[in-house]
Amino acid sequence: MRELSYAEALRECLRQTMTADERVFMIGEDIGIYGGAFGVSAGLLAEFGKERIIDTPISEAGLAGACIGAALTGMRPVGEIQFMDFVALSMEQIVLQAAKIRFMFGGKATVPMVLRMPGGSGTGAAAQHSESLENWFVHVPGLKVVMPSNAYDAKGLLRAAIYDDNPVIFVEHKLLYRTKADVPEEPYEVPLGKSKIVREGSDLTIVATSIMVQRTLQAAEQLAQENIEVEIIDPRTIKPLDSAPIIDSVKKTGRALVVHEAVKMGGFGGEVVSQIVASEAFDYLEAPVRRLAGLDTPIPYNRTLEYHAVPQVENIVDEARKLVQGGY
Amino acid sequence: MSNKESTMADLTKEELLGMYRQMHRIRAFEMAVYDGVQRGVIAGGPHLYVGEEAVAVGVCTTLRPMDYITSTHRGHGHLIAKGGQLKPMMAEILGKATGYCKGKGGSMHIADLNLGILGANGIVGGGLPTAVGAALSSKLKQGGWVVASFFGDGAANTGSFHESLNLAAAWKLPVIFVCENNTFAMFTPMEWTTAIKDLSARAAAYGMVGTTVDGNDVLAVYRAAVEARERALAGEGPTLLECKTYRFLGHYVGDPEDYRKPGEVEMHKKNDPLPRFEKVLIEAGMINKELMQQMMAETRQEAKEALEFALSSPDPDPSELTMDVRRPFKPLGDLERVSYIVEEGVG
Repeated sequence: MRELSYAEALRECLRQTMTADERVFMIGEDIGIYGGAFGVSAGLLAEFGKERIIDTPISEAGLAGACIGAALTGMRPVGEIQFMDFVALSMEQIVLQAAKIRFMFGGKATVPMVLRMPGGSGTGAAAQHSESLENWFVHVPGLKVVMPSNAYDAKGLLRAAIYDDNPVIFVEHKLLYRTKADVPEEPYEVPLGKSKIVREGSDLTIVATSIMVQRTLQAAEQLAQENIEVEIIDPRTIKPLDSAPIIDSVKKTGRALVVHEAVKMGGFGGEVVSQIVASEAFDYLEAPVRRLAGLDTPIPYNRTLEYHAVPQVENIVDEARKLVQGGY
Repeated sequence: MSNKESTMADLTKEELLGMYRQMHRIRAFEMAVYDGVQRGVIAGGPHLYVGEEAVAVGVCTTLRPMDYITSTHRGHGHLIAKGGQLKPMMAEILGKATGYCKGKGGSMHIADLNLGILGANGIVGGGLPTAVGAALSSKLKQGGWVVASFFGDGAANTGSFHESLNLAAAWKLPVIFVCENNTFAMFTPMEWTTAIKDLSARAAAYGMVGTTVDGNDVLAVYRAAVEARERALAGEGPTLLECKTYRFLGHYVGDPEDYRKPGEVEMHKKNDPLPRFEKVLIEAGMINKELMQQMMAETRQEAKEALEFALSSPDPDPSELTMDVRRPFKPLGDLERVSYIVEEGVG
């Protein structure tokens, strides 16, 4: 099958969806001639024109609000926040408006909008261009939060997000844009709210999100050489969370580890752990349920410090080994 | 700005009397809400529009059903002027199942997309970006509608105001930014927080037309809104229309109102938009005392009936609590060409 990068897969989804559906348009900072900070919309301006690939001024609140108004009046906007960090400037519109409008209006309105935003560290861009803020949105009723970990899911999840009738926060990862996977040419949807078992194993369940799925896959190869078989689950949509496959897996393996890049304190991993220990899987646990996540510190500029601020493959290997070998 | 009344513009007698009735309807509704708070049947300290009726009626008289508005925390007047019905409005304010939002929104979130009402709003300045988006839709779909975005002098000092006016001007969107300058941002007089007197001066910074009108003169508001609307429909972009008015009641019902200067309310009550419009209509021979009394009585009766309707309506069922948070997934007719041209309705 044909390989595409994560960025190319997103672009193909956008191109196909916009070609087929006049309600879909893109809006964001430098998405036109520049093609977006990470090149996702490269070439789309020439194809669709300025009316549908809309460059905004540096107005994160304004562009999020423009998506809301357009969505309320029949469009399906796809907004791009250039770096996830900048979504802090859009929070009023997302949290106090978009997320609540349907409920506040008694179910009489829909807000079918997607806000795409690249999160994550690893590019040397320091503390204001490297954050992983997804859990801010998990805590807000009315939103959905999607985190594709590979090019195939990126294309299918984006289509599902565009056709969802709710505001969707679509969190991409900067280091994944160039990673490749087999991606079918025809349009397809990966449904929101469906976890995926990425690798089967019997000794330990690892729930990982976004780039941590890739790092966990590498860790699992190393662990397999030590006869430790890891089962990896990628929730893909962290809100709503499809926890049943996670609980089933923990019942099978008796051990669980959650890995994400965002800061551990108050992070999404706490929710996953809570759902595991509150379920029937509790009776099957043979070890404490653990989390491996970002340190409670801003992302530093220095590359060595940056590397150690978030989980790396060797950290996952160490933690998994310790869990399976009775180190806790 | 003077208190000299505008001419009748192009309005027919029927339209003028309709505007007059609408202003009374808003006043009667707000006073019924006020009474409801005093009687203890309405909670939440609603924000009343008494004294500002000429702005909503002057602007909304220029709008068609297909046009949209965004409103504010002080939104009852805008909603009534855009066609909102008193019974479901009052029921919403009482949190009843028969309200516009099934009792889930309350006074600050009343909406009806079928009437072009994109919602009142509990966040000062929160509705302006939505208005820009709805106007962007109008442009993309060639829908032909305009969007009137109501907000106050307080909102004019938010970041959303700046971003929204700039976007709408840059893209020449059909928006009428209606600034209701009632001289107070919540409990703080504008001169304490703002170095300019006329907020419409800010329009120049965005490259749009800015106008200040006497917001208690319904015909002056109407005439300025007509011009703004014509500019919007001609593709000449947005207008910042500042309407100078005054809030007769507190920020909310129960506000101690310590921030007012002595005699200030009494002075402004001499400039009440309702008697001013009455005077014009009487001088034009369109209305007499009898007809005035009749309209006042009828609108008071409507408001009273709305309150009775709300009081006799049921509370929402507890099962409603978790409904309407998100729209459930519905499968789509995949891959077929979807066109917004043939799409029905809104939303």
